[in-house]
Amino acid sequence: MAKYLAKRIFYLILTLFIVITVTFFLMKLLPGTPLTNQAKLSKSQIHLIYEQYGLNKPVWQQYLLYLAGAVKGDFGTSFQFSDQPVSYLISSRIEPSLQIGLQAMIIGVILGVIIGAFGAMKQNTWVDTTTTVVSILGISIPSFVLAVLLQYYLGLKAGWFPIAEWGGFIYTVLPTLALGAQPLAESARFVRTEMVDVLSSDYIELAKAKGLSKTGVIYHHALRNSLIPLITIVGPLAVNIMTGSMVVENIFSIPGIGEQFVKSVLTNDYPTIMGLTIVYSFMLCVVLLITDILYGIVDPRIRLTGKAN
Amino acid sequence: MADTVKLPEDSFKPITSDDRAALDSEKIAAPSLTFAQDAWRRLKKNKGAWVSLIVLVVIFIMAFGSIFVSPHDPNAVHPAYANLPSKIPGVSINGFNGTLVQAGERIDAYKAAGASGAHYIMGTDYLGRDLFSRVLYGTRISLIIALVATLFDLTIGVTYGMFSGWKGGRIDTIMQRIIEIILSIPNLVVIVLLILILKPGMTSIIIAIALTSWVNMARLVRAQTLELKEQEFILAARTLGERPIKIAFKHLLPNLSSVIIINTMFTIPNAIFFEATLSYIGIGISSPQASLGTLLNDGQKNFQFLPYQMWWPALILSIIMLAFNLLGDGLRDAFDPRTKE
Repeated sequence: MAKYLAKRIFYLILTLFIVITVTFFLMKLLPGTPLTNQAKLSKSQIHLIYEQYGLNKPVWQQYLLYLAGAVKGDFGTSFQFSDQPVSYLISSRIEPSLQIGLQAMIIGVILGVIIGAFGAMKQNTWVDTTTTVVSILGISIPSFVLAVLLQYYLGLKAGWFPIAEWGGFIYTVLPTLALGAQPLAESARFVRTEMVDVLSSDYIELAKAKGLSKTGVIYHHALRNSLIPLITIVGPLAVNIMTGSMVVENIFSIPGIGEQFVKSVLTNDYPTIMGLTIVYSFMLCVVLLITDILYGIVDPRIRLTGKAN
Repeated sequence: MADTVKLPEDSFKPITSDDRAALDSEKIAAPSLTFAQDAWRRLKKNKGAWVSLIVLVVIFIMAFGSIFVSPHDPNAVHPAYANLPSKIPGVSINGFNGTLVQAGERIDAYKAAGASGAHYIMGTDYLGRDLFSRVLYGTRISLIIALVATLFDLTIGVTYGMFSGWKGGRIDTIMQRIIEIILSIPNLVVIVLLILILKPGMTSIIIAIALTSWVNMARLVRAQTLELKEQEFILAARTLGERPIKIAFKHLLPNLSSVIIINTMFTIPNAIFFEATLSYIGIGISSPQASLGTLLNDGQKNFQFLPYQMWWPALILSIIMLAFNLLGDGLRDAFDPRTKE
């Protein structure tokens, strides 16, 4: 286990190193300068600004400096907001994103599991049909369309929730719903298929034959066994939420990192884009690592030492 | 009490060879079906998938047919006819009859704009362009992006997967590591970075989506190749001295086809979704070109007062995604009967 962990963490660091390197050199290829009014600036002014941000050094030196900084969590200074370090920009904005993302993931998956399990139990009835319809709609409707509809109908028309901005819990409801639809739909579909499979297996027959109550069979035998593979889709779901958050945060004007990413892209703020790319991949790597470890713990059949496939 | 059994005379006649054929209990009455025919039969039984297929065919024909026959020019600007609501001749349901609630009163927007004779099925946008033609045009762009991206994805993903699985060993490990690294950055982030470098536009969106979406295909194809290459028919081909490239095309590819087709059905809606997201953010397709994403973005600005401008593209986008998802599910069941309950 310790050996496996060490290996995985080594790969995590290697991955992040490659991500940093690739994004750094990609950013160097970008067209356009960070200067808004280049035409109005004199040569010496441009030179001074470049000096201030360290942009006049050779590329390899910039790269090494960046790498050394990144290890310490320093991603340079934002071009967009002068004198604001990128690390501060990210750390002050990551909380809303994490809160909404985690809420969406947890609520979505829990509701999805319940809906999916009901669908499988009442197979081929209207309950099952509803499950299928809900899950297929959740997968098909893009989160940003859902976000706008929720904002308009529940926020503006019904007035139940604030339309935008960031405050207390009540402000997180609509974005959570918009982002949670996808995890809900995916996990409902996944659990349903998985559970239909499990319900027709021999050990369920045995449990029934022993005279266990229906809820006992469902809860102890069927549900538990169908939940194990659910861990494998947590990684892809996390990607979905990160992707969705970029647009959804914009729609609800939430001061999160998704909104910041889009803003930085539109303003050529290279250091922030790079910093956020690294943060995003770091989060995803950690999620993937945790799910892999969890999978090994929950299902001892998966050997941690070797790869499953 | 003697039991007498009366048998008809002709029971004792020797049977002819024709009769023997008719009586043969081993005879298979139904014609034997090929794998593809069988899959097709199963697909037709799946109502959702069948309807989706028809819907997609209709959408394709309408989107690409609008190059030749379009109700209006999607780029023709009529400022006088701006923001007219949807009007379908002969329908008098509010919302489809060209009326609009303005200052608490329902008025005929077409009369007010002096366009009593005209009718726009989905209404017009803020520049007076026919929304229906715009949606058809946008759907076409979205579909083209998705299809071209998928084509790249097919070639890169399938080749990568087959090569990795076939070679195995060290090469396979390295190739899988590369995939893991790509998977550890959210796709949209990579796409955004690539588009920034290539400058926003249709080509760069296609390239960006193609360069990121092949990973899934490569993984699936590799897993299947690993399984296939241990089988006897591959061993036979190898023993007979077939070149690997020929084995790949003649033996592996046909056996991989179901995996590839099914995965494509999920790649296409993904590509459409990415394109819509990018255009929605504002780094995708730029005007005068339109895609479903830009139409959604335009519509969303006026959603409070003219909700139909967003509803229509949202509806079409959702229908396309829905149809591809259902068709994908149906194809999976059709190609792999084991997954059927």
